[in-house]
Amino acid sequence: MAADPKARQPVTMDTFLDGVWRENPVFVMLLGMCPVLAVTNSVANAIAMGLATTFVLLCSSALVSLLRNAIPKQVRIATYIVIIATFVTVVDYVIQAISLDLYNALGAFIQLIVVNCIILGRAEAYASRHRITASLVNSLGMGAGFSLALLCLGSVRELLGNGTLLGVAVFGERFQPWSIMILPPGGFFVLGAWLLLFAWLKERKARATQKGERIHGT
Amino acid sequence: MEHESLGFIFLNACIINNFVLSYFLGICPFLGVSGKLDTAWHMGLATAFVMLVSSLCAFAINTLLVQFELEYLRLICYIAVIASAVQLVEMVMKKFSPALFRALGIFLPLITTNCAILGLALFQTFREYSFLQSLVYSLGAGTGFTLAIVLMAGLRERLALAQVPTVSQGAALSLMLAGLLSLGFMGFAGLGG
Repeated sequence: MAADPKARQPVTMDTFLDGVWRENPVFVMLLGMCPVLAVTNSVANAIAMGLATTFVLLCSSALVSLLRNAIPKQVRIATYIVIIATFVTVVDYVIQAISLDLYNALGAFIQLIVVNCIILGRAEAYASRHRITASLVNSLGMGAGFSLALLCLGSVRELLGNGTLLGVAVFGERFQPWSIMILPPGGFFVLGAWLLLFAWLKERKARATQKGERIHGT
Repeated sequence: MEHESLGFIFLNACIINNFVLSYFLGICPFLGVSGKLDTAWHMGLATAFVMLVSSLCAFAINTLLVQFELEYLRLICYIAVIASAVQLVEMVMKKFSPALFRALGIFLPLITTNCAILGLALFQTFREYSFLQSLVYSLGAGTGFTLAIVLMAGLRERLALAQVPTVSQGAALSLMLAGLLSLGFMGFAGLGG
């Protein structure tokens, strides 16, 4: 795999930005939906989950990239899973040590980072074919994109469902919270609404370029 | 948690706290494989079966790990057990029922990365269920998953005929639909006290 021409590609800003915007794991590729929906009932949870996932993503990408010539092809998936599970165990114990409240709020979802398809996807599709710097930058971008998506959902859900942002009341006394937003259905609705917004923006842009081409064509 | 009756555990895993609609576990196959009623049904059954097998294995492994005070290895062991359980199911099915094996195709290996299964193993460990309770819990979770994915597939088959704005086609509409379904299942909360 060392002879892969892609391994020689220079690291550009796009390596990072791809993950944040153009190939955003949640909004564009629809990966890792379970934690996105489950832990975004408050901004604090969303940030913690984003950081934990980014950490695991960075560490496992780095290790996979370093070992990419040593791992036999037949057992690569099993090897990736073991590497990821190791780092998740580390994160699990670290969060437990830092804040027990946070640990209880996130529950099993910290350990479930193992089966987050984003991480295994990155290991398989990127880290196993690129050098360590490129892999690190790329997974940092993916982690940022994932955290951004979590933040988008978490802020809307906490704002509407609880009337607060990071625990600080935003609206006046008379605000009636939409409790449905912090309950399970709210997760589906808010993510659906974000996807609608992005689809609408994309279509508007496509229509604008089409119009532009028509004007230039005549 | 010894006081929970088996019937309540089943009902809890299947309907009240449905794995897909209230714990958000296994969303990927729920959205990905729910296009057709037929495949959804097969997927649900296969997942339920793997759940049963891996839940029993996880119970055995956990007993062993607790005995040797190796709890920090739990996650790594569980994921290895699930991967091998899926492999085992695949081999057994290929030998004894090639027709079903062909019908499921690619979905079988993909069950490994279904978080509902790892979630089930972790939840039963956290709640310190006994052997029988774990068994019932995994049966309930499997039934609940099948129920959710079949319902979703039925709705989506009908929706395919409806006229919706082009912008909202695809994932956004499926999510809204899942939200409504989840809203319906919330009505079961409080059932069984």
